[in-house]
Amino acid sequence: MKSIENEKNHIIPYKTFLYVLAVLIALTLTSVTLTQISLGALTVTIALIIAAIKSSFVLRIFMHLKFENKMFSRAVIGVIMLLCAVITVTLLDYLNR
Amino acid sequence: MSTILVTHRDDLASKTGMWLFLFTEMLLFGGLFIVYSVYRYRNPVAFHLAARELSVFIGTINTIILLISSTTIAMSITAIQKNNKKLALLLLGITVILGLAFLVNKYFEWGEHIKEHIYPGSSILALRGHGDVLFYGLYFFMTGLHALHIIIGLVFILVIATSILRDKINSENYVLLENSGLYWHLVDLIWIFLFPLFYLIT
Repeated sequence: MKSIENEKNHIIPYKTFLYVLAVLIALTLTSVTLTQISLGALTVTIALIIAAIKSSFVLRIFMHLKFENKMFSRAVIGVIMLLCAVITVTLLDYLNR
Repeated sequence: MSTILVTHRDDLASKTGMWLFLFTEMLLFGGLFIVYSVYRYRNPVAFHLAARELSVFIGTINTIILLISSTTIAMSITAIQKNNKKLALLLLGITVILGLAFLVNKYFEWGEHIKEHIYPGSSILALRGHGDVLFYGLYFFMTGLHALHIIIGLVFILVIATSILRDKINSENYVLLENSGLYWHLVDLIWIFLFPLFYLIT
């Protein structure tokens, strides 16, 4: 049997995933530690920035976006921008009432 | 003359379909995060105090469980690409066990709250005020919807594992395994945001 149009995919070594896991767990623990110390309004920002960094690792490595057709990354960025736009507009409305 | 058997398959289209579905999931949870932000903005004190009652310890353990399970399913794709069926199945098995462990933790966590009469519609919770009702309403709905995704993901992975056993998914054709992985990673991705928003920001 022979398949057409399905070129060989990039094989990611096992080690890469384990390194990424180590980074993700380290970021989780950092986030937990930092938010336990009271940093006031900064807490939300720090927790969300760390969550965004973790997401980018999951999207790029675990979900193979780094090695896939660029179309996928562009679409994901598009959806994230759409979400950010809707959140910004909604919050602008609530913050200025 | 030999005939070559050609299968008609389009992995790129298959993955594109999966991603389009994941986008609708991202928008679904995105909408809920907007509801959360607005209610949190309007009830800062109640949200602050209510969030303190969630166990950061269980939340952290569950986060790590999901991160490890994401790693094992990602590694199972490498295993199948290298034609190592046994390892791929073992890694999927670990993923399923970790997913179940997550649900067990969630069960005990919810059980604790329900024992204290904290659940949507509870009259005792209503006495604590509007902000608490909103916080726990969102908490139960969002973590519940997330847990439902975990259950669907587990079923998806089990179906994929039987396909590997029956050699329908192999080193030549594994796009379905990749798609189940994508779904599982999305569930992880959503938890990455749920965890700090409900457990950490107090």
